[in-house]
Amino acid sequence: MPHARLVSLALVLPLFAFVGVTFVAPLASLLSKSAYETRIHDVIPETMDVLAAWDGQDLPPEAAFAAIAKELPSARANRTLLRLSGAANRLQSGMRSLITRTAQRVPRTEFAGTWRETLAEIDEDWADVQTWIIIESAAAKFTLRHYLQALDLEAQPDGSIKARPQQERVYMPLLWRTLLVSLSVTLLCFLIGYPIAMLIADAPPRRRNLLLLLVLIPFWTSLLVRTTAWIVLLQRQGVINDFLVTLGFLRDDTRLEMIYNMTGTFVAMTHVLLPFMVLPLYSVMRSIPQNQLRASASLGATPIQGFVRVYFPQTLPGIGAGALLVFILAIGYYITPALVGGSSGQLIANMIAYHVQTSLNWGLAAALSSILLVAVIVLYLLFNRLVGIDRMRLG
Amino acid sequence: MECGPAGLYYSTIYAYNRKYMGEQTPSSIEDFFDLDKFPGRRGMRRVPFANLEFALIADGVPIDEVYATLDTADGIDRAFAKLDTIKDDVVWWEAGAQPPQMLADGEVLMSTAYNGRIFNAQILEAQPFVIVWDGQLLSLGGPLAIVAGTPRIEAALAFVRFANRPQSLANISKYISYSPTRLSAETLVGTHLETGIDMHPHMPASAENMRRALKSDWRWWSEHRDELNERFSAWLAR
Amino acid sequence: MSKTYDGEHWIVEGLDLTVQRGEFLTLLGPSGSGKTTCLMMLAGFEAPTRGDIRIAEQSVQGIAADKRGIGVVFQNYALFPHMTVGGNLSFPLEVRGMDKSKRRSRVQQALSLVRMSGFEERLPQALSGGQQQRVAIARALVFEPELVLMDEPLGALDRRLREELQFEIRRIHRELGVTIVYVTHDQQEAMVMSDRVAVFSQGRIEQIASPEVLYEEPTRSFVARFIGENNLVKGEISHVKRGVCTVQVEGGSMTAAHLGDLAPGDRTLVAVRPERIQLRPQTGAYANEFIAKVEDVTFLGDHLRVRFNLFGHAQFIAKLPNIVGHGALLPGDEVRLGWAALDCRALNFEDT
Repeated sequence: MPHARLVSLALVLPLFAFVGVTFVAPLASLLSKSAYETRIHDVIPETMDVLAAWDGQDLPPEAAFAAIAKELPSARANRTLLRLSGAANRLQSGMRSLITRTAQRVPRTEFAGTWRETLAEIDEDWADVQTWIIIESAAAKFTLRHYLQALDLEAQPDGSIKARPQQERVYMPLLWRTLLVSLSVTLLCFLIGYPIAMLIADAPPRRRNLLLLLVLIPFWTSLLVRTTAWIVLLQRQGVINDFLVTLGFLRDDTRLEMIYNMTGTFVAMTHVLLPFMVLPLYSVMRSIPQNQLRASASLGATPIQGFVRVYFPQTLPGIGAGALLVFILAIGYYITPALVGGSSGQLIANMIAYHVQTSLNWGLAAALSSILLVAVIVLYLLFNRLVGIDRMRLG
Repeated sequence: MECGPAGLYYSTIYAYNRKYMGEQTPSSIEDFFDLDKFPGRRGMRRVPFANLEFALIADGVPIDEVYATLDTADGIDRAFAKLDTIKDDVVWWEAGAQPPQMLADGEVLMSTAYNGRIFNAQILEAQPFVIVWDGQLLSLGGPLAIVAGTPRIEAALAFVRFANRPQSLANISKYISYSPTRLSAETLVGTHLETGIDMHPHMPASAENMRRALKSDWRWWSEHRDELNERFSAWLAR
Repeated sequence: MSKTYDGEHWIVEGLDLTVQRGEFLTLLGPSGSGKTTCLMMLAGFEAPTRGDIRIAEQSVQGIAADKRGIGVVFQNYALFPHMTVGGNLSFPLEVRGMDKSKRRSRVQQALSLVRMSGFEERLPQALSGGQQQRVAIARALVFEPELVLMDEPLGALDRRLREELQFEIRRIHRELGVTIVYVTHDQQEAMVMSDRVAVFSQGRIEQIASPEVLYEEPTRSFVARFIGENNLVKGEISHVKRGVCTVQVEGGSMTAAHLGDLAPGDRTLVAVRPERIQLRPQTGAYANEFIAKVEDVTFLGDHLRVRFNLFGHAQFIAKLPNIVGHGALLPGDEVRLGWAALDCRALNFEDT
């Protein structure tokens, strides 16, 4: 029935449009920045045209010097120079001032016969091949350098790629730590959330509503407020330490370090994400008839056997849903680790936020996001193979 | 940015809470790095800025050689090596409001901070905080920018001129202990508007507080910030 | 034994019941009469508040459900949805530590008993309701319990399947000789299947007897009303003599079988089965003879269902065989009715 189909299409169209405009398009455009970016190239298009034919061995031809001597001052006038100088400086410290100074001085410097000599007069670095390699690399439209950086790799002058020295690796250790923290938080949420969900599912209706409310109230509270509340509780002069000192379990100088380290990250993240585990579990447990356990007992199974072989397997879809939700949320967390994580509690998302908001290195942020996205997709597929997404119950 | 008018001088100093400090009190930047003399946690901002400078001064680099030292790979290694000695005891902060809070709670024994934040806590909340001016890092702050292509460029420029008059600059010190950036404004500094206390002892650029001070080199940082942030992140993650 | 959940309302009160080995006993009663609670106490899912349960002279007080070795068939089958049919049947054998080959043959045996051979690999949700119930029965039998409890096992099935499975359960009972305690609210099901039926009302057993005795000789007015159809007429005992009593009813007196504890002056309900009523009997043939007015006549093929007005009691029903002469009844006719004293029982009074 084409008419009915047309109507249903018209009904979902606003949703598709909404998702497309607010989600898919920005995401795609940001992710594309990880490898393709024209904003920097367009600062010095003529120079890049000349450099396209350059072999990178010796200094580029006079035409390149002439082009850049023309384009740098006009970029300064257009206020687009920062794009180039910033990107080049990320590749090598010092490039920012070289480019800025050159753009300022070219009009004021006496022409010395060739542009090559004129620029070398402003700064001798222009006579260095390395400077030109960096300019070409910084302004290239298509580049994999963000991915190399995100994977802690670096290109050698001979074109080969190798891992950066141990003490300079930033992102891969962070990615591993993020995965490890997310998995641990998921496990903690499961260990804590499972008995809670069971308790709620088994409770009589009135108590069940109360318990559900207790799970949901923190859920409705601002994330920042909840995280800050943990600081009040866990810090050295906080409620828990004070309590233990008052009771005499601790001395004033042996107060527990429960925050600004991994412990803080685990506690706060587990608390924040717990409802995402409890709710799917609860909904699955509610759907298991009470007589399942009675049946297993009547067949001679002890309560433990009944739980392990009859009850637990039937809650697997809820565990799957809860674990996936918690894990995916945990892997992108950054407010909580930033506030209570201390130096060891930073996660990859904090790095992405830093490059988006502070360093403005969007290419690198996009590359890191892409890697994170790929990691999540791989884990999701793995999960689908093991548990089966169609068996999942979100509640 | 090539140049621009800065509205004030602020200082990155370190401070402690008298309530949690013993008989012996710290008085130099070396003390901040001395865990034997002053065991306890330290608060530091989670960026390389200021921390590298403090580390080098505490490691014995003369004030006027700090940036020259940082310009060399060995100098940076040296700064990180000094930071390594206290790393396990550092609580990292990100927002300027955190250090006074952590000091008040006794969460850290001493913390680097913006001097104005500590001043507010001392004066307005009567916290027994003490600023150690030794080795302070004096920096330019509060620059003004005009959005390119604005149709009201004249009004914007008029405001910039107004904001940079000596009296305007000096007026800031009626509210918070940040120094004016023009010498002609120095003599106009007076008392705190709300409490009436004399602001001179609290000003970061006063001669008394500048006895051993380093002026931060923003040109050097604009060149090296990206590189050092990455190095700092890698160092933190280890 | 007795059971209460809140300490105020007794779900089961003063129950005293003995089940014979190999017997098919049905607990029959309306919903809320306490029969399922009894079953749950027997199975060990609930503990009696007072009293004791003994199996083969051994008290099972304090023995957990999983140690009692009683098979239970639940109303909604309670098959394990994540296990195949074979897995469900094998489960009670596995927890008993039986080895694999033995398990397999026992599972085969149990499935063939319920005519479900070849369904081992199916998951329960791929089966029809009737098939699921057969599997559930097989699972309750596969570990060879001596006692099997069935809690309204056919409640969710349609009529045709119910009848089919009633017959099957009966057959299995005969073949295996296990003791079955069966709970239902369907009196017809109880009559068809049971050796004995215990009729429950408000936590008490009203009467426990074979289906024939329950029908022919109810001792309580609840049973008379619940099993089959009965005319119940209010009255007061005036006279008792050698198992027969005279009951004063509105507008006359009846002679009825007397059942023990009623004394002259007591109020009573007199129960008369509609099919025991004779139309125009020979004068003097019956102890009870009355003139009644026909209210309406329903033709039902083999019999006529006639509603009479007997001393203002307008719901007095008689089932009359479809024989010559009976068809001529018309509403408004006044006719003579009669029935024997033994077909008319004076029971305890109950406000209806």
